[in-house]
Amino acid sequence: MPYSSELKELIKVVERTRAERAARKKRGEEFPFMPLEEREDMLQYHPDYREEGRRALKVGPNKGYRIAHEIADLLEARSRVDPNLVDLSVVDMETDVLIIGGGGAGTAAAILAEEQGAQVIMATKLRHGDANTMMAEGGIQAATKIEKDSPCEHYLDAMGGGHFRCVPELIRTLVTEAPDVIQWLEELGVMFSKFPDGRLQSIHGAGTSRKRMHYCGDISGTEIMRTIRDEARNREKISVVEYAPAVELILNEHGDCAGALLYNLETEEYCIVKAKATILAAGGCGRLHIQGFMTTNHYGATADGLVLGYRAGVEVCLLHTVQYHPTGAVFPEQVEGLLITEKFRGAGANMVNVEGNQFVNEREPRDVESSACIRECLVRGMGVPTPTGRLGVWLDSPMIDILSGEGTVAREFPGKFILMNRHGIDISKEPMLVYPTLHYQNGGLKIDPLCATSVPGLYAAGEVTGGVHGENRLMGNSLLDVMVFGRIAGRNAAIYAREKAREGRLTLEHVRSYHRELEAAGMVTDMVAPMLLPDYTDPEVRKRQLTSHYVGTLR
Amino acid sequence: MSAAKKTRTNVKPKKTLDIKMIPIFVMGKRYEVPETLTIMKAMEYAGFKFIRGCGCRGGICGACATVYRKAGDYKLYAGLACQTVVEPNMYLTQMPFYPANRATYKYSDIGAGPEEIFKLYPELFRCVACNACTKVCPMGVEVMDMIALLKQGNIARAAELSFSCIQCGLCTSRCMGELPQYHIAQLARRIYGGKIAPRAKHLGEAVAAVREGKYDQCLSTLAGMDEKGLRKVYQEREMEPAMADEDWVPADTKFL
Repeated sequence: MPYSSELKELIKVVERTRAERAARKKRGEEFPFMPLEEREDMLQYHPDYREEGRRALKVGPNKGYRIAHEIADLLEARSRVDPNLVDLSVVDMETDVLIIGGGGAGTAAAILAEEQGAQVIMATKLRHGDANTMMAEGGIQAATKIEKDSPCEHYLDAMGGGHFRCVPELIRTLVTEAPDVIQWLEELGVMFSKFPDGRLQSIHGAGTSRKRMHYCGDISGTEIMRTIRDEARNREKISVVEYAPAVELILNEHGDCAGALLYNLETEEYCIVKAKATILAAGGCGRLHIQGFMTTNHYGATADGLVLGYRAGVEVCLLHTVQYHPTGAVFPEQVEGLLITEKFRGAGANMVNVEGNQFVNEREPRDVESSACIRECLVRGMGVPTPTGRLGVWLDSPMIDILSGEGTVAREFPGKFILMNRHGIDISKEPMLVYPTLHYQNGGLKIDPLCATSVPGLYAAGEVTGGVHGENRLMGNSLLDVMVFGRIAGRNAAIYAREKAREGRLTLEHVRSYHRELEAAGMVTDMVAPMLLPDYTDPEVRKRQLTSHYVGTLR
Repeated sequence: MSAAKKTRTNVKPKKTLDIKMIPIFVMGKRYEVPETLTIMKAMEYAGFKFIRGCGCRGGICGACATVYRKAGDYKLYAGLACQTVVEPNMYLTQMPFYPANRATYKYSDIGAGPEEIFKLYPELFRCVACNACTKVCPMGVEVMDMIALLKQGNIARAAELSFSCIQCGLCTSRCMGELPQYHIAQLARRIYGGKIAPRAKHLGEAVAAVREGKYDQCLSTLAGMDEKGLRKVYQEREMEPAMADEDWVPADTKFL
């Protein structure tokens, strides 16, 4: 749907201030960045800071910890299966390393585990590669230009962006492994955007002090994901089981992780995989639509890995914050929630209100930027109304062609350019209408720098974990996170499988005990978890589905 | 925190009574759906719950390839269910999976020449240049031209031309020559990215600097700092100007 005549009128207001704003940018005059105190004050408008949005967990290793209701609901739900119905003496598949999740972290882990000589089974809920990694657009950070940048600057940027809550050892691993990861990806054939002599192009992301965001057009995640997936498919010792989400971890009598119970989404059978080491790489939680927010996330982002890990006794950390990406599309209706990469702002596009004025520097950290948008729309009344009754602000993409030459938008952002064109919007000439959208699970399962959790034999990597990004992740650090820690998890899980794994009787006792804990806490619930898939059935239709039953999230 | 309370953000679109409903035919069966929805949302509205045929919901993962015809029109149309808006009387079916031959190879063993592609995918030469692949591509990739370039040995150009490919398989489903275009293109891109395009020399330097322990001391200092100290250093960072040229270097070199 092209812009309505009302919106076209409002776009004229943006056009009136554009030349002046672009000229200022060319002169190097930035809309002032906020000092730390002002940032902190701005965050009162952030959804994370609404106390009524969260509650204290009643059970499990983090009892008393306040997190979003939507996640708490799942952590306080029952297992999808009655453990007594599962015959653990019949093992369906056996392997050295079981990887739960087929996104960036899982796939990187699979390749590295295979290189250690391990037999690998990767169980994934949807198809191999169906993950948020595939949807990452903007890029991947790494300090690769050492004449102006270093892992120390990267460390500081990430630490400050994460409100100084990042776990130092994890972030140190992230920044020092980064150049190696980029080199690995280049060797595997990832088509990074480069200068003619091979030097990597790099730009700023919000909260970076140096231009260290490397990218592949505006589909960086897709290019990385499809390349490593292709590589994994070439490896003999990696087998992928699709449409088979894990619904419980299986432990053994020593308390070590010994595999998982998988559920075939199509035949509805359960199957037992025994593994010497297991890696949880099951991704994040956007599809829980925390506080009713739209999301940029993949269909499968339902926090399954958190549920599995937590039930097996792994603590969570920094889960009280989730990331709202400042620029999710709010127009046209068909693409609501769609991620508009931060690379647009890195390339110079201003954030502009209904009067055509800048209200925040476009490169503040994401939570600050989002808070400023929310304040502009809901407190100051400076939002732009959409035909569906939402509010948004303008992301002035045509500025990029003014700053960097005609045709830059089409060349540097082919994905978005094609997509918006389908809806009759030329983003090199018209700005985009955006609003914050649920984007990333900042916190998650606790790991050490070798990706080990507190349960022996259980490793975790990627969005399911917490600590790397503190309370707020910077752009370009998530693709980096899944690659760095996916590789580490794969390598270390394979070594553990070879050197440390212990044979033992399989058990789901931890699930029974979790159920007992729920009962002891007086929690009577028909909710089951993991959720596996979100439900978008129209409520009217659901009323007429007399013979399907909804138990919590299970249809 | 009174202001925070005002930050209600889950503003639902106001329900209007005059949503226009239109008929669509899912695998031949009629459903009435709101005219503004995408095929994906319309099917969910009708009561379908996806297991297959639904992925990123953002037009980039290739899970929801859909083909359709319109009443009284012989043409076959194709699109992504998450991106294509419904039209009255469209007859559609999703194509969540389409079998395609993928060659297994050892990446480190293959060279940079087109003969590698010819060897792994000899069916490349079965292309009859009918252009059905290009016509059906939801990403506007010039698929047939890409295949033609490969036949001529131009891997670099083919890699660039196929860069927006989302591997949905629609091209393969329409191919008279039975080519798996999207697998062939993947191979071409990997050969280009890793074996033809000039390598980034600065990567090796950065990796070596880390390995030699160049940053160990400075990182340990940072890791040992309390929050107050970190805040100070953070605030004092020298920012690379947005419009700085590639050869910009900072004045402050204490972390380099």
